[in-house]
Amino acid sequence: MSEPNQEPQQPLVSLGFLDSGLLDLGLPEDLLDTVCQQVAAVSSLAELNAVRIKVSGKRSELLKARQALGSLEPEARRQAGKALNAVKAAVEELLATREAELAAAARAEKLVAERLDLTEVTEPLQHGYLHVITQTWQELEDVFVGMGYRVAEGPEIESDWYNFGVLNFPEGHPARDMYDTLYVDYGESGSTLLRTHTSPVQARVMENQEPPIYVVAPGRCFRQDTADATHMPVFHQIEGLVVDRHISLGNLAGTIQAFTVAYFGTSFTSRLRPSYFPFTEPSAEFDIQRPDGTWLELGGCGMVHPNVLTACGIDPEKWQGFAFGFGIDRLALIRFGINDLRELWTNDVRFLEQF
Amino acid sequence: MKVLLSWLREFAPEIGVAKAHTPAYLAETLSDLGLAVEELSILGGGLEGIVVAEVLATRSHPDADRIQLVDVNPGDGQALQVCCGAFNMSTGDKVPLATVGTTMPNGMEIAQRKMRGQSSNGMLCSAAELGFGDDHADIMVLQAGLEPGVPLAEALGITPDVLFDLEVNPNRPDAMSHLGVARDLAARLGVPFVMPQPKPQTTLQSVTDNAGDSASLRVSVSISAPDFCRCFAVRVFDNVPSGASPQWMANRLMALGQRPINAVVDLSNYVMFELGQPNHTYDLDLLPDGELGVRMARDGEQLETLDGTARILIASDGVIVNALDEAVGLAGVMGGASTEISSNTRSVLVEGACWDSMTIARTARRLGLRSEASARFERGTDPDVIPLALDRFGELAVALGATTAGEIVQASGNRPAPVTVRVRPERANSILGTDLNAVEMAQLLEPIGFTGAENVSDGDYLDSSSPDSGNLEIRIPSWRPDSADEIDVIEEIGRMHGYSRITPIMPVTQQAGALTTRQAECRNLRALLTGMGITEVMPLPFLASGDLARAGLSDDGITIANPLVAEESIMRASLRPGLLKVVAYNAARRATGVSFFEIGRVYLAGANRVPDEQEHLAVALAGREALAATMLWQRLARHLALLEPTVVNQSRDGLHPGRSGLVLADGQPVGVLGEVDPDVLAAFEIAEPVAWLELDLGVALATNRALATYRAPSKFPSSDIDLAFVVPDEVAADEVACTITQAAGELLVSVRLFDVFRSQQLEVGHRSLAYTLRFASPDHTLTDADVASARQSCIDAVVATHNAIFRT
Repeated sequence: MSEPNQEPQQPLVSLGFLDSGLLDLGLPEDLLDTVCQQVAAVSSLAELNAVRIKVSGKRSELLKARQALGSLEPEARRQAGKALNAVKAAVEELLATREAELAAAARAEKLVAERLDLTEVTEPLQHGYLHVITQTWQELEDVFVGMGYRVAEGPEIESDWYNFGVLNFPEGHPARDMYDTLYVDYGESGSTLLRTHTSPVQARVMENQEPPIYVVAPGRCFRQDTADATHMPVFHQIEGLVVDRHISLGNLAGTIQAFTVAYFGTSFTSRLRPSYFPFTEPSAEFDIQRPDGTWLELGGCGMVHPNVLTACGIDPEKWQGFAFGFGIDRLALIRFGINDLRELWTNDVRFLEQF
Repeated sequence: MKVLLSWLREFAPEIGVAKAHTPAYLAETLSDLGLAVEELSILGGGLEGIVVAEVLATRSHPDADRIQLVDVNPGDGQALQVCCGAFNMSTGDKVPLATVGTTMPNGMEIAQRKMRGQSSNGMLCSAAELGFGDDHADIMVLQAGLEPGVPLAEALGITPDVLFDLEVNPNRPDAMSHLGVARDLAARLGVPFVMPQPKPQTTLQSVTDNAGDSASLRVSVSISAPDFCRCFAVRVFDNVPSGASPQWMANRLMALGQRPINAVVDLSNYVMFELGQPNHTYDLDLLPDGELGVRMARDGEQLETLDGTARILIASDGVIVNALDEAVGLAGVMGGASTEISSNTRSVLVEGACWDSMTIARTARRLGLRSEASARFERGTDPDVIPLALDRFGELAVALGATTAGEIVQASGNRPAPVTVRVRPERANSILGTDLNAVEMAQLLEPIGFTGAENVSDGDYLDSSSPDSGNLEIRIPSWRPDSADEIDVIEEIGRMHGYSRITPIMPVTQQAGALTTRQAECRNLRALLTGMGITEVMPLPFLASGDLARAGLSDDGITIANPLVAEESIMRASLRPGLLKVVAYNAARRATGVSFFEIGRVYLAGANRVPDEQEHLAVALAGREALAATMLWQRLARHLALLEPTVVNQSRDGLHPGRSGLVLADGQPVGVLGEVDPDVLAAFEIAEPVAWLELDLGVALATNRALATYRAPSKFPSSDIDLAFVVPDEVAADEVACTITQAAGELLVSVRLFDVFRSQQLEVGHRSLAYTLRFASPDHTLTDADVASARQSCIDAVVATHNAIFRT
């Protein structure tokens, strides 16, 4: 229980300093002192209300005094009325002050009672995690979207034509051996396969869209690889394709460099090295140089081969293009320091919730 | 392809001379030429302390089977005992001995020690231990004539060298030889490259019966498959030494990782690594009349190849035949056993040929026979190098004491005509992003053999009126069969100029980059789901046979024709088996009650050229019951602003029959939800209930959506009433809510089920459903009459429609 203020309160208005007309109205001289003591003695809002009724209610001396005003002469009534108002105001202030004190005390008491240890959590943490590959995939998409690219998609089970033929791999071409292809029993034998790279999307985009084309195609690919630390039969690549007027190998190098800085950081650089892919010429590998000077082979790229443009209905004399592609999964490994590709596919929650 | 710097310098002596030409710089240069250096090794160091020793005796170790005791003479004539784990040497052999105190190339220090009680005073070395190749198993047996005690480096004539291990792309057949690599490197470094002119001395002192005859009388060749065989040439040698090849040759071959065999085989390999021309040797006496021919094989024809395997051939294989039309070799892939060189061989016939590369590739692939020779033929060899190769073989053979019985005898098939390509310099600059003029381009091409059609050096190939825009007429060298078009030559210009010298410039596009709406929505879904505490997983999209059936689904996934393992032989037709495996995997590792989702494709047979691929979302809420899936569906539907998201109680395959349903959006079925069937859970060894939601995102995201439209919130107070009904179990709570919504009129703001009550006091097969209805008007404070009227309409409608009893 809260205690009233220990200091005896001084009446704000001493009746003795007022015009004596008040006493004529029947107010006791110690009225304010009495109210003061009574207010101080209450310890609850209910008690305070009882005091309020007593000192300012219908049967209170204050009300009686007000009723008695009418019997005074006009001049005396005016003075006494003014004084009576001052007394009434003083009484109300005493009541209001005490009410505020009591309310504060009650609130403090309630809050103490409601105190909580905010570390007493018994519910298990409910948090979901985005797969590492998705995180990397989205970051890569964001980089290229920021560079003005759209995101294209294509089927994962592809025809031999889109995976190889249209990409300038003639039937029986040894370069097809660079890909350990998984075939499915669908249509003619050997005609339908699990795409070995995202490059078929290039052809599908070029067939369906007039240049200029600026797209990336992230997607799932398949090879007949036994799972080990650096191989999986399923993996993800991101393919880039630009077809526009006067696109050059220099534009390809510029794009790779811009990507390198955007994704890896300003202290990384890139280089192109001549290489070979049937669907690009000139072809290149691109490497990323780390700040410590070491190189990381990242992917393949090159100028879209005129045969591919032609096969997709684009006139190679009017339009030129470049394409590039690299692995998403390996970037995820590098980014998070994971040393085994298989980890990405265990779906062990103890792995997933680290990222 | 491994190349030695010293060998490259035989073609371009100035490679490596300039101070700047450090091994690392040369490696960088090779990589920039497209000959990626996978490994750079400095050879010839680390042999200090290793001497020639003679094996005096070998004895078995008294207490060990895997090692023996070898007494060697390390040069002082005293027998020194060494323990050795190899058994391939015999008394009198000369072997490398790492003496006590030697540090081996791999850093190991040789100390005197005891092995199973026997002292070992040094180590006998394998070729691999000395950095000479890949042979780890056997001790390297040296040439017999070496003196014990001589330092090995001196005995072998080893000088420091640099080995580059190159990754050669399929379009670079020329780089499968020291000749070709030297040509590229010299061109880039701007140093002279000299084509060798081997001059085998023709001697006619033959020991054979045909001594004195011209070669053409002793051998003859013919081609009856001219499209397959472009050129077939042979040469005969007598007195070819039968022993080991000279040490310098053996050293080089070992450095390339080849094990020296004997003079003939080593010679053959040496010429191949040097000039890129595979060649094959025959025992001439085993060839009737010295005749060789080339034809396509007959289906089912048999041939025993050099490895002793009987090969069954098909009509698309090429064979080399003798005078009796019997196959004696699998052309370009492997020689036959019947004409193999042996110690009885008196005369050797060396053959060099040029084959159709695709035919060789098919045969090699079909038989699983990939050899150094087939690897070169598959890429395409240079027919013009054949005489050079046979001359070089001869030059080296004669130097070893062979005599050559005459000139090359050859036959030609259909050789492709020399190709000349028109190259537009402005086109080259446009493709490459360079600013080179025609003269500069020609200068880049000339050192690698891409020459102007005529008078290149005089500049006549240029258009006289505008010298910088005139076209180049470029003749493709015979060693670049991959080059046939303008773009091929442009690539060579870029390669020789150096990709690293091309200015990188970002192209400018007017296009605003963006995800498609569907792609963006899939991202949002992922964010929502993870935000709801559900973790994304990525199971393999392969299933084992029976997985779909185990999940209670029809077992009709598309099968993989050549799977690696049976467990991964079916393309998933549903995300369910994969996700349930994830739940089981984690539960088995004490992670129960975890929620997972996957967004991925399923593959279904359809009418199109390729299967239908649908993007699905599957969510497994482990440890939760079916209603958790309904709540999740409601969240997703609200997030996606689906129109009229609905659940229809309905038994679905693989789900609990009494706890499953169809979900609809805008009247279309878009998925299923509920709880996984207990039998399915048991089949996947899952002990907890699993609430399940599966959506066909392709369909769901293509449905019409609720348009976001503004309606001012009412400024007038709303009013709530509660209504409870006893409703038969068959009537879904949603149906009652729907009836209420329709009956309540326009003042209804929301209806919410807040209590379900089952009790024996209620009629059997019924339960009580209690709803809170909120009413509000946009333009006035509701009167009691407003609410009472709506309330009565609702009660009447529910009672009438659903055979329900209103609870007062």
